[in-house]
Amino acid sequence: MKLKYFAWVRERIGKSEEMVEPPPGVKTVEELIAWLAARGETYAYAFEKPRVIRAAIDHAHVKQDAAIAGAREIAFFPPMTGG
Amino acid sequence: MTDNVAIRIQEADFDIASEISALTAQRSDVGAVVSFTGLCRGSEDGAAIAALTLEHYPGMAEAEIARHADAAMSRWPLSGIRVVHRVGRITPGENIVLVVTASKHRQAAFEAAEFMMDYLKANAPFWKRVEAPGGTKWIEARDHDDTAAARWTRS
Repeated sequence: MKLKYFAWVRERIGKSEEMVEPPPGVKTVEELIAWLAARGETYAYAFEKPRVIRAAIDHAHVKQDAAIAGAREIAFFPPMTGG
Repeated sequence: MTDNVAIRIQEADFDIASEISALTAQRSDVGAVVSFTGLCRGSEDGAAIAALTLEHYPGMAEAEIARHADAAMSRWPLSGIRVVHRVGRITPGENIVLVVTASKHRQAAFEAAEFMMDYLKANAPFWKRVEAPGGTKWIEARDHDDTAAARWTRS
């Protein structure tokens, strides 16, 4: 699946998108965040406060208990500040 | 997307008069047009800023605004909605966002414009970074934006 990162999540990780194949045990957004946070220092920094992170699956907002099965694109970003 | 809903995300500034005209030209059933313009302030939390830089999530930003515009079209008797949201570097005094709503009567147009802005601020994937003399920082989301959006939720 493709992951996308925005704003300070993107800056902390140091890239705007990447392809990943999480192991089968990673079934929800929350578990995906935990798996990513363990990938290295930049990820740990980006996801240091996991509850703050917002997520979208295929362009729709989801809660962290959402299942990731079948997702083509998952995005992680801080709370939005547009308008 | 519903007819008469137009959503654009662009770096360029917008012309408010021509966006309003797009909703009123060639028709005589519009009795009320409300436009809201959000501008870049010259200070943030009391400190002067040089500029804002707006980042967005292409694809999702358009889809999320369209979803709320469709919701507004079905909730109020509107003849049209236009939303223009700028991205990139914006300096104090410049326009950031425009919402225009048109209806037969003013109440629907007023309410729908406020609904669109409340939802846009809380749910549309845009992020503002402040450029100030001391460096840059991301603006933090405000709880009252979520509260403002939540008041439109019908039980």
